Amino acid sequence: MSKLGETVAQKHGAGGSAMRTLIEKVFVAGLGPAGAGLAAMDDGAAIPVGDGFLVLTTDSYVIKPLFFPGGDIGRLAICGTINDLAMMGATEPLGLTCAVIIEAGFAIADLERIRDSMRAACVEAGATIVTGDTKVMGKGELDGIVVNTAGVAFAKRVVPDSGLRTGDRIIVTGSVGDHGFAVMAARHKLQLQGELVSDVAPLNGLVRAAQAAGGEFISAMKDPTRGGLSSALHEMAAKGKVGIVLDEACVPVRPEVRAASELLGIDPLHVANEGKAVIGVRADATDRVLQVLRAHPLGRDAAIIGGCVAERPGSVILDTGFGRRLLAEPEGELLPRIC
Amino acid sequence: MSAASSGVAELKFRDPGRARELTTALARLVQGLHRAPVTLMHVCGTHEQAIARFGLRSSLPPGLRVIMGPGCPVCVTDLGEVDEGVALALQGVRIATYGDMVKLPGSSKSLADAQAEGARVEVVYSATQAVELARASEEPVVFFASGFETTAVTTAAILLAKPPANFSVLSAHKYVPPAMEAVACLPETRVEGFLAAGHAAVITGYGLFEDFARRHHTPVVVAGFEPLDILAALVKLLEMIRDRDYGAANAYPRCVTREGNRHAQASLWRVFESADGPWRGIGVIPNGNLQLRKEWAALDARRRFRIDVSGLQQKARSELSRRCLCGKIMVGLVEPTDCPLFGRECVPESPVGACMVSSEGTCKIWYQYGGRPDLGGGT
Repeated sequence: MSKLGETVAQKHGAGGSAMRTLIEKVFVAGLGPAGAGLAAMDDGAAIPVGDGFLVLTTDSYVIKPLFFPGGDIGRLAICGTINDLAMMGATEPLGLTCAVIIEAGFAIADLERIRDSMRAACVEAGATIVTGDTKVMGKGELDGIVVNTAGVAFAKRVVPDSGLRTGDRIIVTGSVGDHGFAVMAARHKLQLQGELVSDVAPLNGLVRAAQAAGGEFISAMKDPTRGGLSSALHEMAAKGKVGIVLDEACVPVRPEVRAASELLGIDPLHVANEGKAVIGVRADATDRVLQVLRAHPLGRDAAIIGGCVAERPGSVILDTGFGRRLLAEPEGELLPRIC
Repeated sequence: MSAASSGVAELKFRDPGRARELTTALARLVQGLHRAPVTLMHVCGTHEQAIARFGLRSSLPPGLRVIMGPGCPVCVTDLGEVDEGVALALQGVRIATYGDMVKLPGSSKSLADAQAEGARVEVVYSATQAVELARASEEPVVFFASGFETTAVTTAAILLAKPPANFSVLSAHKYVPPAMEAVACLPETRVEGFLAAGHAAVITGYGLFEDFARRHHTPVVVAGFEPLDILAALVKLLEMIRDRDYGAANAYPRCVTREGNRHAQASLWRVFESADGPWRGIGVIPNGNLQLRKEWAALDARRRFRIDVSGLQQKARSELSRRCLCGKIMVGLVEPTDCPLFGRECVPESPVGACMVSSEGTCKIWYQYGGRPDLGGGT
């Protein structure tokens, strides 16, 4: 684990090892028994209720720019929370909360646009916002708008992100890197050819289908958001105490994302997704889970991308077709190279 | 999910089958030389990226060492040059620079540190973007320009295109051929052949290396950046060593010519002239720096501003940085894993040396791609 330092830095929010260090050293350790359940550091908490679990999750959303090809902060705030619930195996959201903190001077028209896309995402996910909160801060006291959503759902069986076992296969539900590159291109006004569009979408329907087909053979799930596929796989490998061998040629990457990644020197495996899931499946059930995923509109490009081995627990080994190497976890903010 | 073809047969530079044929040829050639290891050097972070990223070293014959030389422009940016950028930023001047330069440590501060203290440092992706920043405001904007001849040409182009009066350049541009000269003259390095960077040779032409190869009895092959480009160039290089053919060859003919881009060369030398200058960790490289010619004084930040770096340079080198092996790594004397700090005290999150900062740096690349572990199952 890396050192924490004196002050919070940008890297502590980038989804990699620095962020895990911050959470572990400050929050998990410091909240003690009062923070029971935090220690699992999963996408959400599972509270035993009756013969199942009440799954609870919360997330705050900040993104620049607020509107980007394929979505905006509103859609992101709904989908992110729906997906965190879904990754725990809770695909029927009972209700969402929505809190916004707005900077004075923010355009009402933009606020309405954000609200409209929240509503549309809720309809897609079959979810309802049941309560909320609004605060306004002075100009310059925050950057535009911060949205927080929380979600609650019931699950008979919780799927942890720590359930991988040797022999399990790894499925990703579609192309990787779409969201991160779309936002990067919009943020830095990069003149890139081809359409870079965020994949932000609610995954509860897709996960429901996978669970119906795979049942208890689904061993682990995670959405590869910040830090991308690489961070998600590292976390799953570490928590499951397995090695993951990733077959690079099998990872779906759209050609325009591939082009942008080559140009900027940023690996699509390190870049955020907001509409994809990584699913660990016991080998026997892989084909039937893959089949139902591919039959779903959000899983058409689903692919088996690797498997779990007993060697090198916690590591992700990338087979490039030309040789093998360790896959790295992204560090800090991704910056394009210069030559 | 292959890229759409435009009627032209898709060029396959990433065909593992052809890669195996080339690695078999490499093994045969190395064996035929009857001396191992044979050491070849490339001088480009993008080559190292490709070699590491594709796990190529796991498929090279054991008697072949391919090492990286001074091929990372950010890594060789001298402490003093970073100090100039930091000093300007702390004086309140708006700085535009490439991403990797922001984290690069100076004598006591990086541009990122200056930023944390309130200085305005903007990351740009092209020289043109830096000019656009200047056009969009009245205040002075200094483009802290780094990179080898590839990016120096783009800096030259914007200066020739009459940038606004509030724009100027702080050049940390470097020129690779003199650094190859310096490495070839080091008695400790036993480099038998060089791979030259394809993108730089697009501009300079591969003919530039002919004289160098003859004088040092060391062949040079220009290589592209796909795995097959690199493997094919290594095969060519070993064949030239076997045949005692001390010349320059082109294994990247789809982009590179013998003469290069004459127009770009003319632009480069109209704006820049070579000058002796320090390369971080290596020392003074004769003619290794590209500085603005006198005619461009009005756009030269060094002539336009009084840059006072004295406040930054008092700090003595830390115990850690004295143990850093970046200098030896950059001339190919040792490998990152030979450094006691690598992956322990020195990681990308808190780099000790410049090679761990830039995505073109050997240490960062090795760290990022797991160095050279024996993972088995390679091709």
